[in-house]
Amino acid sequence: MSQLVKNIFRFACFIMLQVFVLNQVPPLHQFITPYLYFLFLLWLPFSTSRIALLFISFAFGFTLDYFMGTPGLHAAPCVLIGYLRPFLINLLISQEGAELNYAEPSIKSLGLAPYSIYALILTFIHHFYLVLLEWLQFGNIVYFIGKVFTTSLVSLLLIFITEMLFFRKQKFRTNTA
Amino acid sequence: MKNIFLFIRRYFTLLLFFILQIVSLVFLVNYNLTQQAAYANIANEVIGRINIQYNNIQSYFYLRETNRQLAEENARLKNLLPSNFETADTARVVRVDSLVKDTLGLQRKFVWLPAKVVNNTVTSQTNYLTLYRGSKQGIAKDMAVIGPNGVVGIVIDVNDNFSRVMSLLHRNSKVSAMLAKNNVTGSVGWDGKDPLYLTLQNIPRSIKVAKGDTVLTSNYSANFPSHIIIGMVDVIAADPSSNSYTIKVKAATNFYSIQYVNVVKNSLWAEQKQLEATPPKNQ
Repeated sequence: MSQLVKNIFRFACFIMLQVFVLNQVPPLHQFITPYLYFLFLLWLPFSTSRIALLFISFAFGFTLDYFMGTPGLHAAPCVLIGYLRPFLINLLISQEGAELNYAEPSIKSLGLAPYSIYALILTFIHHFYLVLLEWLQFGNIVYFIGKVFTTSLVSLLLIFITEMLFFRKQKFRTNTA
Repeated sequence: MKNIFLFIRRYFTLLLFFILQIVSLVFLVNYNLTQQAAYANIANEVIGRINIQYNNIQSYFYLRETNRQLAEENARLKNLLPSNFETADTARVVRVDSLVKDTLGLQRKFVWLPAKVVNNTVTSQTNYLTLYRGSKQGIAKDMAVIGPNGVVGIVIDVNDNFSRVMSLLHRNSKVSAMLAKNNVTGSVGWDGKDPLYLTLQNIPRSIKVAKGDTVLTSNYSANFPSHIIIGMVDVIAADPSSNSYTIKVKAATNFYSIQYVNVVKNSLWAEQKQLEATPPKNQ
């Protein structure tokens, strides 16, 4: 499957999963909202240009917003992590040239610890900004802090489960092939 | 001039990032301020279609609950049928008036329009429902939405075939309410904590409130008919900073399983709003 087809398929899957499964889960607590959709942005190929990354993040966030009835609320954090992603990858890439040898960020291409940090930081930034926007409309400081931390934890758990369930086979590409 | 172009080329990604951020925030702020329908046209229609497909499957899981609610409502309505009421005295005959316009001068104020719910959330802080009934079928902005068991919300966006409802479970929702036993009015909102409970505010502390008291829509609400059930008083707390109670109300509507609702149209809405919008002239 080509990268493009695969990512279009993922786009639809992540939106459907978020809207029709995770948003339908009965709320356990005010602080807990299961978010997984932004994993799509974390999985985009290394070769995506930074400008394309911004546009894709915006379109992705906005599609979700249409389903949720909150235009802009998810688009803004998505654009933010889309913008920060290349910097983080540059910092965390462990092997020389891993971004050329593998297609996309994963445990195998980055290594377990750098990939966890990558997921942790982007998840936290995403939720921080998302809850901040929500909090500016209503709410108090306890709500803000509590929701950022618990929602990040739940998201990380979901990312962990997803990585275990859908193990992405990554071919090692040499530059001769 | 050349330097400006060089600057733009050098920092194009950063500038694009800021532009997209600003676009998102403008959408967010505008939508929350005005809740206008600029956003609600084509895309809403597409998403409405997707939601119908999903709802076609999902609604099967709620058939039992929907049936129960409809049966209950039917029983309640059948109890109101004129044939249930008889007079022992045959000198007085009950006649059903078949005239469209009541000769006593009564005129129809509220019209009830049934609608199917095709999308509904309870998990967010800002919950909305989508109804498969739009302006072509007589829905307009600000109409009240009432489920089989009680108040559900208010219509905020309409397009041709769909309408979006701000659920009572929304941090900005407010419905004028009163206690059934003494008609003291307050307002019902939601604190965002538990989808089963609403918050009733502005009930003065001089009023006696007990657990289990019924909370109804008040006479002052323009879009809701009066005496529609909202819920039951559950926990009563005195708000220390003011002279009123903050009352936790168990919602009458089960927001998890709404399948069909009624949209209530107030035919005198425009007239009342027009009068209230003109500044009083009394000197």
